[in-house]
Amino acid sequence: MPVVQIEKAALCQCLNRKDFTDEEVDELCFEFGLELDEVTSEREMLAKEQGDAKAAQMGDQLSDAVIYKIEVPANRYDLLCVEGLSRALMVFQSLAQPPLYKAVQPAAGMQQMRVAPSTAQIRPYVVCAMLRNLSFTPASYKSFIDLQDKLHQTICRQRSLVAIGTHDFDTLTGPFLYEALPPSDIVFKPLNQTKEFSAVELMQLYSGESHLKAYLPIIRDSPVYPVIKDANGVVLSMPPIINGDHSRITLNTKNVFIEATATDAHKASVVLDTLVCAFSQYCSEQFTVEAVQVNYPDGRASIYPSLAYRQVDIQVDYLRKGVGRSDSQLTIDEICHRLTRMCLVAKATSDATVSVTVPPTRHDVLHPCDVLEDLAIAIGYNNLEMSLPPTLCTGKQQPLNSLTDKLRLEVAFAGFTECLTFALCSEKDISERLRLPLDSLPAVRIANPKTLEFQVARTSLLPGILKTVHSNRSLPLPLKLFEIQDVVYKSSDSSGSAVNSRQLAAVYYGKSSGFELIHGLMDRIMQVLGVPVDQYKLSATELATYFTGRCANVLYKGSPVGTIGVLHPETLAQFDLTLPASAFVFDVEKFL
Amino acid sequence: MEDLRSNILAYIDKHETCSSTELCKEMNVEHQKIVGALNSILAFGEIISAQPEVTSRLELTDEGRQVADHGSHEAVLFASVPAGDGAPQSELMKSVPNAKIGFSKALANRWIRLDKSAQGGPRVYRQVESVSDRIRHCLQMVAALSLDSLTAEERAELKKRKLVQEGRVTVYRVAKGPAFTLTLAKEETELTAEMLATGVWQTLTFKAYNFKALGQQPDCGHLHPLLKVRAEFRQIFLEMGFQEMPTNRYVESSFWNFDALFQPQQHPARDAHDTFFLTEPAACRLDAEQADGYLARVKAVHSNGGYGSIGYNYDWKESEAQKNILRTHTTAVSARMLYQLAQQPQFQPTKYFSIDRVFRNESLDATHLAEFHQIEGLVADYNLNLCHLMGIIREFFHKLGIRRLRFKPAYNPYTEPSMEIFSYHEGLGKWVEIGNSGVFRPEMLLPMGLPESVSVIAWGLSLERPTMIKYGINNIRDLIGPKVDLKMVSVGPICRLDK
Repeated sequence: MPVVQIEKAALCQCLNRKDFTDEEVDELCFEFGLELDEVTSEREMLAKEQGDAKAAQMGDQLSDAVIYKIEVPANRYDLLCVEGLSRALMVFQSLAQPPLYKAVQPAAGMQQMRVAPSTAQIRPYVVCAMLRNLSFTPASYKSFIDLQDKLHQTICRQRSLVAIGTHDFDTLTGPFLYEALPPSDIVFKPLNQTKEFSAVELMQLYSGESHLKAYLPIIRDSPVYPVIKDANGVVLSMPPIINGDHSRITLNTKNVFIEATATDAHKASVVLDTLVCAFSQYCSEQFTVEAVQVNYPDGRASIYPSLAYRQVDIQVDYLRKGVGRSDSQLTIDEICHRLTRMCLVAKATSDATVSVTVPPTRHDVLHPCDVLEDLAIAIGYNNLEMSLPPTLCTGKQQPLNSLTDKLRLEVAFAGFTECLTFALCSEKDISERLRLPLDSLPAVRIANPKTLEFQVARTSLLPGILKTVHSNRSLPLPLKLFEIQDVVYKSSDSSGSAVNSRQLAAVYYGKSSGFELIHGLMDRIMQVLGVPVDQYKLSATELATYFTGRCANVLYKGSPVGTIGVLHPETLAQFDLTLPASAFVFDVEKFL
Repeated sequence: MEDLRSNILAYIDKHETCSSTELCKEMNVEHQKIVGALNSILAFGEIISAQPEVTSRLELTDEGRQVADHGSHEAVLFASVPAGDGAPQSELMKSVPNAKIGFSKALANRWIRLDKSAQGGPRVYRQVESVSDRIRHCLQMVAALSLDSLTAEERAELKKRKLVQEGRVTVYRVAKGPAFTLTLAKEETELTAEMLATGVWQTLTFKAYNFKALGQQPDCGHLHPLLKVRAEFRQIFLEMGFQEMPTNRYVESSFWNFDALFQPQQHPARDAHDTFFLTEPAACRLDAEQADGYLARVKAVHSNGGYGSIGYNYDWKESEAQKNILRTHTTAVSARMLYQLAQQPQFQPTKYFSIDRVFRNESLDATHLAEFHQIEGLVADYNLNLCHLMGIIREFFHKLGIRRLRFKPAYNPYTEPSMEIFSYHEGLGKWVEIGNSGVFRPEMLLPMGLPESVSVIAWGLSLERPTMIKYGINNIRDLIGPKVDLKMVSVGPICRLDK
């Protein structure tokens, strides 16, 4: 979950509580669905990252002011910055009314952004907005940059879906053009560089840059790269990689032009709404944003930001039932009051309905159930009256799990100890180490393993048990181990699926092979499974995992259900085992 | 030995209490033998008591012990000289032990004389009729720990001759015990079949057991602690009337793992950083889901909404839903079960549970593995709400012995409202998260075909976390996997979660 840092002093000020204790802040966060993750300071954070010595050396450059690190829910983009978070808490505490955000079209006409057809090949959408007469402080400037970064990391999916560029409008001249050009045709001076580069050179330059190199693959192999220019051909940005240096914003920027290019138009609009809602409070005309017109090649024109307020009519009965309160316990007025504290302005439209206005900050509200949750939060989850569901049912086990548990007990009664190993392993574990060719196995293969340990789903329990033997070979001998778990096989039909198979495997490891003991355990299992002696037998065979002449198929009603034998010396060597061992493996599901 | 023990008991009977040195003098035996006899009596139980007192005393050297037993070297030599005719010196030197010392001491004591000019070589004759062996007597007194009668000169002489040395001696203060008796029976260690057959056990005395010693460990197998805890959780669900879901399906389609749960296709959880995708089998067919229009309904609710929802407003792709993965939660199976429930002609209220493995392609640390067990419970019924969810969670955790609970608003893509479950940890002195829960979203349930008035409440937690707390394990690799120390498996107590 994303984490937002907010200074204690700033939070106390906006909540009008000078004497807020950390415990009270923690409590407030908990109630609202946030988590106070850490109470720290600039100095402490640096000390944690780079050591106390470094933090001490920085002296007065670091602040000791208390900072709260607060985790916010992953769908609440409006809470990703100090501005949005503190406003939401102020409204929640009834210290402020939810603001009314407005997009206005200037009398002199809107700024225009023309979209060229070439962008369809790579990044077809762009949305824009203008924040006028804004005054940054160092703190709000930093927060503005931080929010863009947080949006890029979350809803924008590392800039692949949406990339934001913000510019000092006073350095530019409209109208603007969004087009896609061959990389060699794009030449500009990028942010924080002293000379011009072509896009080809930039991709080279940034391939060694830790922050930007992750974004390069989004456009690298495309024949054309997206670029935004002003009327004079000044490059604003080459999304989603880098902005131009010419229009960079500074602490003194007064008019901020925002563009967001995207592969997902809806998300671009959400991102733009989120950004302008949070920062329009610093404009001379608070909560007001200047609209920009985007003209698509097909003649369609869209005006952004949308800042749409959506009306949702909700049955009061639905809300009352949802929190388990009757008419008298929860009046319509109270419902409206509580929803307003969640920035969802609500009013009664009849005795049975409320009309809820979902603001452009609350794109997480999709359905009345989202409103219900906010009502429950405003009442306080822990103030709701708990009751048991009236649902009467009979408990029932899965027959396979019930059989498995009974077999586990029987095998443990017989003196064997249960292992619990991983369902994922390396290709080598199930093939080479068991002396089996990999292509003979119906193994499910993992596309994106981070290590060799997670290449395949196991097709046998033996490697896990033999590794356990290896880790425990210093214990008194003999070792007698078993495991009853699922292995996974790729299904043989064309369904493209795979099936689990419940297996029981046991291993005896000691000074002698102990085959008669493993055989005895198998006999015992058949006995407790109620298998008549004439329905179960061992039939000699040769399998590479086992020693020549000391291996058999386990036949149940004439068909093979497992294998048993003395392990091949080379199998043992594969697991670095120096003493002989016997084992069996069989399919439990055959005995359901 | 038996006489000595009887004598000692008789003496104690008469005197109530005495020291072991006193017994030495009285019985006229060495202290060591008295101690042996006392130990032997003590082995019969509480017949006597013996308190040790350590003192520093003279004790016999090996040579001193030999002298105390057989006489001083000079006395032995004197005895070897026949009265009257005497004997040749060379012969005595050869046949008598320690003759050299004995000869010089006896000569100095004037017990013998030497005629150097006798016929056939020097010859030794007795000079006195008989001798008193004072050295031996002194040593016997040392052995009996009655040193008072020795003069300082005598002590010095014994030391000089290395017949005694300074040493530590443990003397015992002996008294009657609660089971004092004058007769000692022979003690048996084992009750045997023969004793039972002959009935002789009735007359025998049995040696006291040492209950402080450990018994012999039985030769037995053991169950794995994590699975013992799993058994306990299954039991709780069954007691609460929940039915187990068939979760033996590790490979799942993205459709059932994510799309059916209204988790959008660009959700970060569907990223390769979090989820294991497969190359074989890379994708599955969703024929059955397509056949009855369910797939189309899911597509619609994602891209355009419906059922009262505005949806996520994006281009939903079937190819993305077909991608096979290792399931990231057992809720994929819950979704399948709820879908099946919706296909019945008449909706039946249901309680389901499962405990099984799930897989996450996350960074690994001391508490995170790529695979872990998820515990999940859900109730599907008409008009269930948050109060029911909190109520059943309270009931469930009460059965685990967890009583202080509170609920925090949270976000899950497929539940709304959602709640994280916190319990107060007495040891840590703070509230800790123990599970997650919520009411399944209508966008998940209604496309399946469940009636609109049916709600499904659900909660989940990991099996590993409570097990690690229960068994005091800090690193998850000490609990699961091939590197586990099997001693941990064998010494773990039985699992009683409410204890």
